[in-house]
Amino acid sequence: MDIYLPIAGLSVNALVIVGLGGLVGLLTGMVGVGGGFLTTPILIFYGIPPAVAVASATTQITGTSISGVLAHRRRRGVDMRMGAVIIAGGIAGSIVGGLVFRLLQDMGQIDTVISLLYVILLGSIGILMAKEAATALEIIKPSQRKGDRPPRRHNPLIAALPMRWRFYRSGLYISPLAPLGLGFVSGLLTVLLGIGGGFIMVPAMIYLLGMSAQVVVGTSLLQILFVTAATTMVHATTTRSVDIVLAGLLLIGSVIGAQYGARLAQTMKPELLRMILAIVVLAVAFRMALQLGWRPEEIYTVQML
Amino acid sequence: MIRVAERQWRALGLAMLAPLALGQAEPHLVPDVSDRNIEIRYSFAGAELLLFGAIIYPDGRPPEGQTDIAVVLKGPLERIVVREKQKVAGIWMNVGRVRFRSAPSFYAVASSRPLPQLIDERIAAIYELGVDNLQLSPGGGHSAEVLRRFEHGLIDLRMRNQLFAEYPRGVEISEGVLYRARINIPARVPVGTYTAETFLIRDGRVVAGAAREILIEKLGFEGFVARAAERWSVTYGISAVALSLLLGWGASAAFRRRYG
Repeated sequence: MDIYLPIAGLSVNALVIVGLGGLVGLLTGMVGVGGGFLTTPILIFYGIPPAVAVASATTQITGTSISGVLAHRRRRGVDMRMGAVIIAGGIAGSIVGGLVFRLLQDMGQIDTVISLLYVILLGSIGILMAKEAATALEIIKPSQRKGDRPPRRHNPLIAALPMRWRFYRSGLYISPLAPLGLGFVSGLLTVLLGIGGGFIMVPAMIYLLGMSAQVVVGTSLLQILFVTAATTMVHATTTRSVDIVLAGLLLIGSVIGAQYGARLAQTMKPELLRMILAIVVLAVAFRMALQLGWRPEEIYTVQML
Repeated sequence: MIRVAERQWRALGLAMLAPLALGQAEPHLVPDVSDRNIEIRYSFAGAELLLFGAIIYPDGRPPEGQTDIAVVLKGPLERIVVREKQKVAGIWMNVGRVRFRSAPSFYAVASSRPLPQLIDERIAAIYELGVDNLQLSPGGGHSAEVLRRFEHGLIDLRMRNQLFAEYPRGVEISEGVLYRARINIPARVPVGTYTAETFLIRDGRVVAGAAREILIEKLGFEGFVARAAERWSVTYGISAVALSLLLGWGASAAFRRRYG
């Protein structure tokens, strides 16, 4: 069933896109990541122009994160104050990111930058996750250094920042500049890569900010919801590459997939789920790295002025 | 600026042909196309355009010797940048670039025999017959060799995307008076006003020519979406966000009711 995408300007098989959305949604529901890191590269491999893939994947993530935010709010798992600070940083980041995106597009380097950032981010995070999951599954032995020194709750750099606020739900008394900066980076990455950034934010919130674990996922989802919505607006008004038909097809698949994924997750070991995610992340990073090093199919590319 | 220059150039071309077409001793063409309007809709997977017509001879009979027809379908001209990838430190990235001020977004030529058998290079260049004879107006500051390489890259890319095409035996002439040509319009064709030009060629000369305009546009929902994204970008963005929130919230609400 072919369907014409008005912004991408080409026909695609609607079932393939809905299926891709469903697959990503399943993963979202199972492990609680937005899945943009998977949608964007696959759309690019499928032939969607990178700018349209990035922008439309962002719109899709807004839809998949809303149900998560609602569920976590019911369980009081969202720190609204912390969320507001991160979102403020995130929106600033997405606006600056929009300018960077435009600049890179004019320089002709946007595709290379997108691929490079994907390889670096996914590669390093995939390795960390795989190692952690393998330790939990007792495939590899934990390193012996644990326990020598109690882990520090606060990163010394963050503790040194001026102007401290209290974040009751997170159980923190830290400077808002740290979450603001973190939000800024995630907003930047959302615009450039079409990812919600949950798989970067969650570890950063735990290990850098030291937030209490019950509010991390909910607050991260809240931030993703607002920052992806802001990013959709940035893309709609600057790059004009949000394809509402593409985003709609992806959403139909992913919102349903996410529901089944959430149910499936209850029957599986969480370590195993994280291992699956790590393998998927590494596979995407590997494929992207190959693409950078291999002679591309098209040496010449055309951009309208 | 460019549009005006293009119009003048076309006017000049038609002025060159006018005495030929009006002359009593010379034939003229009556062209038509199967679709004056091509509409890109949700299921648009490309189209086939039939360009046909009649050759009218002053004395009603085709003269001795071979008569040939070439049909050109050309899309709106665009200003583009062509970039070239090279391997830098193990990574393929864009290194060189050349601007072209008048690259046709679509170009297809069909002829009754391969073009080199019909006309010499000079005539081919004047009438822009053949993908290698397009006037692309490259920007300055590049050597002839570099320009050739980028032009070749652009033509090769567009030919593989079916945006440029040559059909060396794509025109059928029956009884020496009726002709028809089929040209494929791919799904990723750009919208705009296209011109279909037909040339009657005898003894290496263009003896008659005629042009028709074809409008390719996005209509219905697709056209509305494409226009909305351009004109009302803020509303469009808000609609996209609203759509995703609605679908996400709707699905979770529906599933919660079903499974508790």
